[in-house]
Amino acid sequence: MSKPTTNAGPFFPRDRNWHPQALSPNYKTSVLRSPQKALLSFGNTISETTGPVFGHNMLGELDHDLVLNYAKPGESALGERIIVHGHVMDEEAKPVPNALVEVWQANAGGRYRHKKDGYLAPLDPNFGGCGRVTTDENGYYAFRTIRPGPYPWPNGVNDWRPSHIHFSLFGSGFAQRLITQMYFEGDPHIPMCPIVRTINDPAAIEMLVAKLDMNHTVPMDARAYRFDIVLRGRRSTMFENRMEGN
Amino acid sequence: MTKLEYLKESPSQTAGPYVHIGCTPNFIGNAGIFKEDLGARMVNEQSKGQRITIKGRVFDGTGTPLKDALLEIWQADSEGLFNSPSETRGDADPNFTGWGRQPVNLETGEFCFETVKPGSVPFPDGRAQAPHINFWIVARGINIGLNTRMYFPEEEEANAADPVLSRIEHRVRVPTLIAKQSGDTYTFDIYIQGENETVFFDI
Ligand SMILES: [Fe+3]
Repeated sequence: MSKPTTNAGPFFPRDRNWHPQALSPNYKTSVLRSPQKALLSFGNTISETTGPVFGHNMLGELDHDLVLNYAKPGESALGERIIVHGHVMDEEAKPVPNALVEVWQANAGGRYRHKKDGYLAPLDPNFGGCGRVTTDENGYYAFRTIRPGPYPWPNGVNDWRPSHIHFSLFGSGFAQRLITQMYFEGDPHIPMCPIVRTINDPAAIEMLVAKLDMNHTVPMDARAYRFDIVLRGRRSTMFENRMEGN
Repeated sequence: MTKLEYLKESPSQTAGPYVHIGCTPNFIGNAGIFKEDLGARMVNEQSKGQRITIKGRVFDGTGTPLKDALLEIWQADSEGLFNSPSETRGDADPNFTGWGRQPVNLETGEFCFETVKPGSVPFPDGRAQAPHINFWIVARGINIGLNTRMYFPEEEEANAADPVLSRIEHRVRVPTLIAKQSGDTYTFDIYIQGENETVFFDI
């Protein structure tokens, strides 16, 4: 069986100052859940550069449509209908095809369909809050959903999360694994949020803010938001160091 | 003039307490959206190699197990081959996925993977790595997923020669990466902080 040739080179080192620090005292839960000793750094081995592949054929017909995928026949989720779309690319701006993009979110009132969420806002019987797609050969993906509501959470006495969609990304290697969150342009809660502010660089935060995209809006139906995602790039394997005689 | 133009990686954010909704919806009873939670099954009846169970918990700085963590593992098959398109050394066992995803139990904090014992895979310079399983841990309060590895206690010789374990300067910390064995069941407890803090990786 011939194998597709994919770049199996080691990933570019992660910029740990660009990512949030593990210990971010204003996000209180991080205090006891952050390693205190230095991380052990080493170049990628094949255990880190490889990863599973997720085929389009494992996806159900409505996996990308959160408006309908939990709704009763003929009904749909409540809230502002939106399309969230964009490209998954690497740090060299090359598309990442076949990336698995999984999303989850609260409903229009800010309530999650989760047994541990006790927020008093009601559940929407037609909204499950989860979806997934794989990117096409150009790294493109698109979901249809409703804009999630902001919700309060126990951290400070009056902390509210901005409207957000959780994103899980699986590219071509296990070391490329990433979970992040998408925010909405213009939301006044973004600069106040202790979780957003675990990220120090405003330019890094900006990468997580989706832009209203009127060109891709479906008239009389749903507005569009554009959200591009960047995963780690890979080095070429042409000049790997090998032990003499190997 | 040549200009270096690279994009920055999208910054990580915590998976939060409701990661199950997106990653393991059936586990929390949100059935009917996806047929099956991804990564729930790594093996089938035909998988080659020694079947093993890996159990453990993830502890915070007070020694309390996390009840909202999600773990993923990635490993070679019993012959040391990865079921991945970028595996160029041969064809891995088609009956073994190599990738697993499990949430911890919402009450006890325990995770459990049914898998096979991996074979050895090479380090980039050609030396053998001891059999190991890559772990990735996310949860509320974890701002960027934690990477580590589990090694096998019966592989003493291979572990002693392992290029990654050899890089751990403080040798007293090496045992944090070695599971405890009882028959075909291995226990791998992960300590995010404290005296026994697990060695986490920047890979
Ligand atoms: Fe959330």
